[in-house]
Amino acid sequence: MTRTGRRQSSAGPSLVLVAAGLGLDALASWTMAQQSYHWLPVQASTAAPYVDNLFALETGIGTFILVGCSAVIAWTLLFNRAPKYDLDDGDPIEGNLSLEIIWTLVPLLVVLAIAWHTIGINRTLATLGGKQRLATAAPTATASAPMATGSLPIATGTLPIATGLLPISPDNTEIGPIQVIARQWSWEFIYPSGVRSSELHLPVDRPIHFRLISMDVLHGFYIPAFRLKQDLIPGSVIDYRLTPSRQGRYRLRDSMFSGGYFATNQTDVVVESGADFAAWLAAAERAPLRPSFNAANDLWQQRLAKGNRGWATVPPAPPPEVNVSLDPQNTHEA
Amino acid sequence: MASSSTTSPSFDPRMLKEPPPLPGSPGSWRRYFSFNTDAKVIGIQYIAVALLFLLVGGLLAMIMRGELITPPADLVDPTVYNGLYTMHGTVMLFLFLFPVLNGFNNLLIPPMIGAPDMAFPRLNALAFWLFPVFGVILMASFLVPGGPSGSGWWAYPPLSTQNPLGHALNGQLLWILAVAVSGVSSIMGAVNFCTTIIRMRAPGMGWFKMPIFCWTALAAQLIQLMGLPVLTAGAVMLLFDLSFGTSFFKPEGGGDPMLYQHFFWFYSHPAVYVMALPIFGVFSELFPVYARKPLFGYKVVAIASFAITVLSLIVWVHHMFYSGTPQWMRNVFMVTTMLIAVPTGIKVFAWIATLWRGSIRLSTPMLFCLAGLFNFIFAGITGVMLATVPVDIHVGNTYFVVGHFHYVIFNMITFGVFAAIYHWFPKFTGRMYYEGLGKLHFILTFIGSTLNFLPMHWAGLMGMPRRVASYDPEFASANVLASLGAFLLGVATIPFLLNIVSSWVRGPKAPPNPWNAIGLEWLLPSPPPAENFEEDVPTVISGPYGYGLGRPLVEDQERFERRALQT
Repeated sequence: MTRTGRRQSSAGPSLVLVAAGLGLDALASWTMAQQSYHWLPVQASTAAPYVDNLFALETGIGTFILVGCSAVIAWTLLFNRAPKYDLDDGDPIEGNLSLEIIWTLVPLLVVLAIAWHTIGINRTLATLGGKQRLATAAPTATASAPMATGSLPIATGTLPIATGLLPISPDNTEIGPIQVIARQWSWEFIYPSGVRSSELHLPVDRPIHFRLISMDVLHGFYIPAFRLKQDLIPGSVIDYRLTPSRQGRYRLRDSMFSGGYFATNQTDVVVESGADFAAWLAAAERAPLRPSFNAANDLWQQRLAKGNRGWATVPPAPPPEVNVSLDPQNTHEA
Repeated sequence: MASSSTTSPSFDPRMLKEPPPLPGSPGSWRRYFSFNTDAKVIGIQYIAVALLFLLVGGLLAMIMRGELITPPADLVDPTVYNGLYTMHGTVMLFLFLFPVLNGFNNLLIPPMIGAPDMAFPRLNALAFWLFPVFGVILMASFLVPGGPSGSGWWAYPPLSTQNPLGHALNGQLLWILAVAVSGVSSIMGAVNFCTTIIRMRAPGMGWFKMPIFCWTALAAQLIQLMGLPVLTAGAVMLLFDLSFGTSFFKPEGGGDPMLYQHFFWFYSHPAVYVMALPIFGVFSELFPVYARKPLFGYKVVAIASFAITVLSLIVWVHHMFYSGTPQWMRNVFMVTTMLIAVPTGIKVFAWIATLWRGSIRLSTPMLFCLAGLFNFIFAGITGVMLATVPVDIHVGNTYFVVGHFHYVIFNMITFGVFAAIYHWFPKFTGRMYYEGLGKLHFILTFIGSTLNFLPMHWAGLMGMPRRVASYDPEFASANVLASLGAFLLGVATIPFLLNIVSSWVRGPKAPPNPWNAIGLEWLLPSPPPAENFEEDVPTVISGPYGYGLGRPLVEDQERFERRALQT
């Protein structure tokens, strides 16, 4: 740091030093990539390992770049600092064509390779089916009435069946369609048998077919443990497919901002064995319809009781009438 | 190229015959409150008002972080939280970053290219005075029944057109009006900056003798010209849907809410580059000064700015990967988005190579640049992650994105803004700032911003959605750290404001070139006279950043240096 003959002795780091540095950098990158799996929730769908592996790959490459660049910057700060009162200029290097070509081409090839790899993964995941326009003029006016029969006014026969290339269990018959109905601020799930629930129950290792419907504004169907997210768009019905792969209780969160009590628009996803799922469905069929627990409504009633202070919001939609309600006492894994 | 190798000034000399536009002497403060057409006055007007709004936006952020320091929504009502975060984003983008960068454009472009003023001084003053107008419109929305807009700075319909109270005058309407007026003001500014850079360069200053800041300003302002009309059109349609019963975006009337998202992001993603490009310019100006070396690969860095401009216009759908976008479109926009890493990478490597074997001085502006560069490398890596469709589908609309873009717009862009303020402070105020307070400001800002925005990435990876007023307890630790960081950032403004105000009032007088920097602006006295070089514009004979090369920048350099000292 206190070298006085800076100009003469700055021969640069030797090749050994560079090689050792690159080795350390690679080791740090590999460690970070392994570490990155711990920054994510448990893997509960067949999509999750693909997402996590891709994230680990990018964490590794990113760490290599960040550590490499930072090391060079740190080196210059340690060894190329001007001593006090030294008004000298640095080495007047204006550029280096081959270096510039390298640092254009290498990042280009790296991002293209990542993109190529990802396009393959996209094809494998293929969670998104078709998007159909809802034929009814005003979806908000009809509320959930047409859903009761399980038949939406759309042509079901024309839907593309995207089985994807995911590994699926021997019994690979698809469950569904399960209607996912989002409102300000509640989730409602209607099973093919007509069972209604505000908590999503799914059998493990079976492909599930959802139909995503929003009754008012944009919402996001997001289950972090599944690593999957899809917006619900008013006026459209979106086909969506995924396969849960791990039993447990996970959180489903509205991910597209939907106004007033957006933060409370969450529910649980229960992934259980095929037998448990069938038992739950049978029990639910016998249960009478009753209003679901709904956090937004509770908060809204509190606000009205306190004199309706706060800024403008539409009032929450009435809690959906369900056979099985979400229970806020349950704890989720992720 | 038209103006190169001639000795006559490249502007219409009639503009010099206008009476000096200031009502008082150069020492008068009154001109800063008037319709003044001097670009240097307008520049300081922009920066001063923008910094006021930085305080407003920062205060809103601290209330938000106060709410988020505990999992339940207990400090403010959730609807109030929604309004606060909407206004925080809007204020920071439209009332702080765009105006403060327009301030730098005004201060720096004319002196850097040897022009006496902007090409259209009255249009320039008009563009500035629209800024307080839309600032007041936006602030007034706190006072209307129902409070300000609470639909986020994206204002996605149908949420933004719900108008819960049914009043004709509502926060959302004022929000749209403010954004539209801001767009008009920015277009006026863009016309002015582009014309000035293209037409008014000093004799001899060909494109490849122009400072990088002017390259990046031109690249950014071209985005404004191409993108803003689209946003403004979207805003007008949204206003009609909200107030006049049209249904451009209403599904029940045959409209499509997705259409708005295309209008919005076609401009609003490139808008990030409108803000980032000038800061790339600042980095390219400052690293050579404080490392005492020529900018590494000047031409490639200059051209990379335009590669960013072109690419920025074809990436917007990456904000809509989970909005029902078909797979082929996701793939196309993933590739275009990732390609942006190439020209930005070129710049990053060029800055690092500029430091290599330099003679580095760690003054306050250099510290902000170095930290900004480090933060930008980090943000670039998370940016490529977000471009990757499957990763984006998991972390999109979560705190990971909030962390990522705050790393871009605060930890990189705003760091660059602070660096620029310190670096050019002596030039345009004629006073030196206090180095100790500057360094204190830097340390507090760096610790505060890292504490604030780094843990957000983790919360997002674990699945915490953005824009929530309450959250599940597992996210508490990350949020406590973020809130502490936010309060520290609030504290960090104290040494900054103290430094700026006290230095301007009673700081030591600044010489013309305190940093021993190369550039036309440093051949002028500090502060420069109203019309910079007036009719005696130097002829540029070599490229910028000739540090250590011992070559003069202009013909008769000694004469200009002597003249600057005498005034």
